[in-house]
Amino acid sequence: MSKEIIAITMPKWGLSMTEGKVMEWLVEEGAVLQVGDAMVDIETEKIANTFEALDAGTLSKIVATPDEILPIGALLGVLTTSEISDEEIAAFVEEFQANYVPPEPESEDGNDAYAFIEVDNYKIRYSKMGDGEKNIILIHGFGGDSDRWLFTQQPLSELATVYALDLPGHGQSTKIISDPSVRGLAKVVLSFMDELGIDQAHLIGHSLGGAIALQTAELDKPRVTRLSLIAPVGLGSEINVAYINEFITADSRKQMKKALQELVADPNLVNRSLVNDMLKFKRTDGVEDALKAIASQFITEEGTQADNFLQVLSDLPKSMVIWGSEDKIIPSDHCNGLGEGASVHILEGYGHLVQLEAANEVNTLLLDVI
Amino acid sequence: MARKITFQQAINEALDQEMARDEDVVIMGEDVVGGAGTEGEMDAWGGVLGVTKGLWGKYGDRIMDTPISESGFVGAAVGAATAGLRPVCELMFIDFMGVCFDQIYNQAAKFRYMFGGKAETPVVIRTMVGAGFRAAAQHSQCLYPMFTAVPGLKVVIPSNPYDAKGLLIQAIRDNDPVIFCEHKVLYTVEGEVPEDSYTIPFGEADIAREGEDITVVALGRMVHQALEAANTLSSGGISCEVVDLRTTSPLDEETILESVENTGRLVVVDEANPRCSIATDISALVAKKAFEHLNAPIEMVTAPHTPVPFSGALEDMYIPSPDSIVSAVKSVMDFSQ
Repeated sequence: MSKEIIAITMPKWGLSMTEGKVMEWLVEEGAVLQVGDAMVDIETEKIANTFEALDAGTLSKIVATPDEILPIGALLGVLTTSEISDEEIAAFVEEFQANYVPPEPESEDGNDAYAFIEVDNYKIRYSKMGDGEKNIILIHGFGGDSDRWLFTQQPLSELATVYALDLPGHGQSTKIISDPSVRGLAKVVLSFMDELGIDQAHLIGHSLGGAIALQTAELDKPRVTRLSLIAPVGLGSEINVAYINEFITADSRKQMKKALQELVADPNLVNRSLVNDMLKFKRTDGVEDALKAIASQFITEEGTQADNFLQVLSDLPKSMVIWGSEDKIIPSDHCNGLGEGASVHILEGYGHLVQLEAANEVNTLLLDVI
Repeated sequence: MARKITFQQAINEALDQEMARDEDVVIMGEDVVGGAGTEGEMDAWGGVLGVTKGLWGKYGDRIMDTPISESGFVGAAVGAATAGLRPVCELMFIDFMGVCFDQIYNQAAKFRYMFGGKAETPVVIRTMVGAGFRAAAQHSQCLYPMFTAVPGLKVVIPSNPYDAKGLLIQAIRDNDPVIFCEHKVLYTVEGEVPEDSYTIPFGEADIAREGEDITVVALGRMVHQALEAANTLSSGGISCEVVDLRTTSPLDEETILESVENTGRLVVVDEANPRCSIATDISALVAKKAFEHLNAPIEMVTAPHTPVPFSGALEDMYIPSPDSIVSAVKSVMDFSQ
């Protein structure tokens, strides 16, 4: 295969993605693309995202049409870097399609990419990607799991070893929590590092995971090389308690959809599959109690945030804070008074789940500081 | 979530986890232990198809083989439920309901009502349904419409391993009598099932596939036939929404009606015989409550009004097939006034 013809194929976002649905091409045939240019919107089982050009060149042919559901690796289009005849492109497509074999489903006992580890008497599920010298640990927020990083983990793993864990009470980790405080959860992160032999790491935390990252840095500063916080808890007092309560009590698709739509600026991102996944999680034994216990620790009876880590942040150099301007859970103005110690990026037009809604922008910012 | 187990293993796991969680949960039925009393043969079978295999070794006397007398042991299970246990009773084939129906529809189903809400009957009756096993007319029927017709009973018909586990745990924790119908052909179907215990509330249908042009309501094994048909139809440009009822009592009217309001067309697929079936029930519901949204007459795909044939060739023709669903959908789509 000549390098002058490049196949654009269905990306794999997150460990569980097996296929994606082509929503809409954002560029037309013949468009000249730079690396990072938005090409096509793709919807996964979880959420939709924009697929950006990985190479520069001319989009000579669009193969996949809107509404097509294709397995990962399937041909979406053809990029060319020099003048190539239509016949050659047609031959390339024909050859690709003739040789393309959809990936086999994961091995019998499921996804090898996930692993479990005993940490402080919890069974913690995590995944590890990449083998770079630097370590990154991704810490999700309240009610989330490591899937919150499905657009983040793989891109960052090009430059570092990236771990994403399910906190106790979340995902597929142990649901019964002995210490549901932010401090207790931060200790789990430290023990997780001990168990996996991670001496130092760059912690990236979203929402409550941001507070846990800050608390981890406070408990054992030398082990945290850097903090990157996305719409974090712990830098101000306001928090949307109504959302927390709605999420904890949601027991139908309607209630859950309404709650999840608070998390994003574009309510259409909350598809049925995301709603179902969250309901499945909520209906697991022990989850409701765990969520209530955690919420009662980081939120006061008055409905404000219980912890403030501004001091921790100012004591650490090299931190970054990313926020969506339309965050309906924790207001983005919490980053107004952060001073020089942190670089602040407010992404216009996105909500609380900014790393999913504006995955490419957030990844670019994160890759810059690794 | 990534671990895959079979429908049969999912049911076994639900029983196992609930027995571990609550010592009031007991199992009784024909051959549920298998080989009881014979040297070296204990726990050999675990039900005719091995669904309860391994539980006797863990829970001993809490899982008991019964004589071949459904009227006796189903009655005993109902009585034990009123007295505080949570029996999961196995009625081997739903076809055998005839000999124990009084205990179910006239006793278990009525206690809460007749004692003014003071009595509870938390019994689960697990039972095999459906054709496709070459088991002939007396071991292959889909008689769940008869149970669905009785107020006081809850009727569950799962279509996949995830639902089977969550719905069975819900059934065991429920304080009313539940008829839990397991389609034999589904036992070997694999799917992703979390190891943790979880529940699925009754009366919440699942949208197995989203679509815009036509609603296909199905249940149990028929969900798979409907999904296969929907796959075929999508390549011809017809987008089917497949609704999996999961429970027929309580019935999730809202999800059915909302789907038909969006699509304007309905096909109901039911393996039961056509008269007084789930298919007629759903059709009547939609005709009554969503008539103004319908763009075409409702179509039903069911077994014919005959016993399940013994002949394999005839049995295959008896069961609603993906092809017959495709034809029904096309005829509804082609309808013009």
